[in-house]
Amino acid sequence: MQIQTLDGGFATPPVDAAHAFRAIMTAMAQPGTIVTLAGAVPPAPVSVAAGVALLTLCDPETPLFLGAAQDNPGFRDWITFHCGAPFVTAGLAHFAYGTWDALPLDGFALGSSEYPDRSATLIVELPELTNSGAVLRGPGIKDQAHLSLPDVAMFQRNAALFPRGLDFIFTCGDRLAALPRSTRVG
Amino acid sequence: MKEYNFAYLDEQTKRMIRRAILKGLAIPGYQVPFASREMPMPYGWGTGGVQVSAAVLTPDDTLKVIDQGADDTTNAVSIRRFFQRTAGVDVTEKTGEASVIQTRHRIPEQALREGQIIVYQVPIPEPLRFLEPSEVETRKMHALEDYGLMHVKLYEDISQHGDIATAYAYPVKVEGRYVMDPSPIPKFDNPKLDMAAIQLFGAGREQRIYALPPYTKVVSLDFDDYPFQPTKADHACALCGSTTSYLDELITDDAGGRMFICSDTDYCATRVEDAA
Repeated sequence: MQIQTLDGGFATPPVDAAHAFRAIMTAMAQPGTIVTLAGAVPPAPVSVAAGVALLTLCDPETPLFLGAAQDNPGFRDWITFHCGAPFVTAGLAHFAYGTWDALPLDGFALGSSEYPDRSATLIVELPELTNSGAVLRGPGIKDQAHLSLPDVAMFQRNAALFPRGLDFIFTCGDRLAALPRSTRVG
Repeated sequence: MKEYNFAYLDEQTKRMIRRAILKGLAIPGYQVPFASREMPMPYGWGTGGVQVSAAVLTPDDTLKVIDQGADDTTNAVSIRRFFQRTAGVDVTEKTGEASVIQTRHRIPEQALREGQIIVYQVPIPEPLRFLEPSEVETRKMHALEDYGLMHVKLYEDISQHGDIATAYAYPVKVEGRYVMDPSPIPKFDNPKLDMAAIQLFGAGREQRIYALPPYTKVVSLDFDDYPFQPTKADHACALCGSTTSYLDELITDDAGGRMFICSDTDYCATRVEDAA
C-alpha cells in the first residue's frame, strides 16, 4: 500500500460530505446546473469532483464498477481505504466510474418497472463540461438548459425507458453536473 | 454539539438516505424505499422528515420548521431545537430567510425561491393505500400506471357528496406518470406544488422517500366537468385581514364563538407588522 492511498480523503467527513451532497443534489435536481466540489484529492488522473462524489455516495453497501482505463491498483486501494465499496462487474454495480468510452453502457442495471430505483448511477469523467450543446428539458429545468454531453442518441434512448433507466453524474476537474433519466435531451 | 455526529445521524445512514434522495429526484413522484432509522421521537412526529433534513443540512443552513403552518407548536419547536442541538444550524421563523424548511402539512404562503429546500413529513406515502391495502398490488399498479381506482374514488366522492370531498392529501399526478400523495396538506396548497424550490418527502414509519425537482409539472387529479378547486374557509383573517391565505378556525368560547386566523403564523405576523 502506497502512502498516497491514505491521503486525499475528507478532512472533516460529516461536514465535507454534507456540503458535497448538497452540491450533488442541486445538480441532480436541476439538470444542466454545474456545481463546484472540493474536499477530496483522489490519485491522478481521477478528478476532484469524481473523488468527492465517490466519497459522498459510496460505501460498503454500494458495489462499484470501474471502467477499464480507470481500473488500476492505486485507485482501487484509495477507494477501498476511503469508501470500502466492493468492486464488481457492470451488471451488479450500483455505481460506476469511468470515462465515457470505458463504460459498457448496455451492461448496467436499469431497474424494474416495480423498482425503477434499483438502477445504476454512472459517474462519467469528461474532458470538458460546459453549458453548451445538447438541449435539456424536463423536471428541474425552468424552460431549457444546455450541457456538453458526450452523446445525444444514447440519452434519448435512456429517457425513453422512463421510469427505468440510468442516472448520470458528469465530472471534469472540480466541476460536476448531472443528467437523471427524467431529462428529455433534444 | 460534541455529543453528536453532525446532524445526529451517522455517516453511513446519511449516505443511504442521500442515495435514496438522488433516486427520488431522478424519478419524480416514485416512492424510494429506504432503511428508516429509529429517531429520538415517536413515529408520527416527523421521523421521516427529520431523517431527510439531517441528510441535506449543512452547517451553513438556516432552518425553519412549521407544523400546520405555525412555527410555535410543539412539533415544530421540538424539531427545531433538535437540529439546533445536533447540527448547530441557525434557525428562523421567516420563510424568506430559511434555506431549509421542514413542514408538517402546510406549504408556506410566501412563494419559495430557487435554492430553497422544503422537507415534508409524510404519514402514509402511498396514495392508493386506503383503496388497496396490499403493497404488492399498489406497487404493480404504479408499475402499470393503473390509476383507475383513484378516479373511481374521486367519482364516488362526487356521487355521494355532489363534489370531490377530499380536502387534504389530495392526489396529484407528477409529470404525467406517477400518482403521488402530497402529504396531508390542504388541497388549497396543491397549486403551490409547482414551485422553484426542491421538494423532498420523508415517511419514517413507512420507510419511503420521494421528491419533486423544481418546476416539475404537478397536476391535481380531477374530471373535465368537475375541475379541481382549491378551497379555504370563506372569511378574512381576524388578525391580519388577509383574504387569500389558508385559515384555521379557532373556537373561542362555549357559546359558539369562533374566529378565523391565518394558519401560516409567519405570513400573518409579517402582515400585522407591516400594517402597524
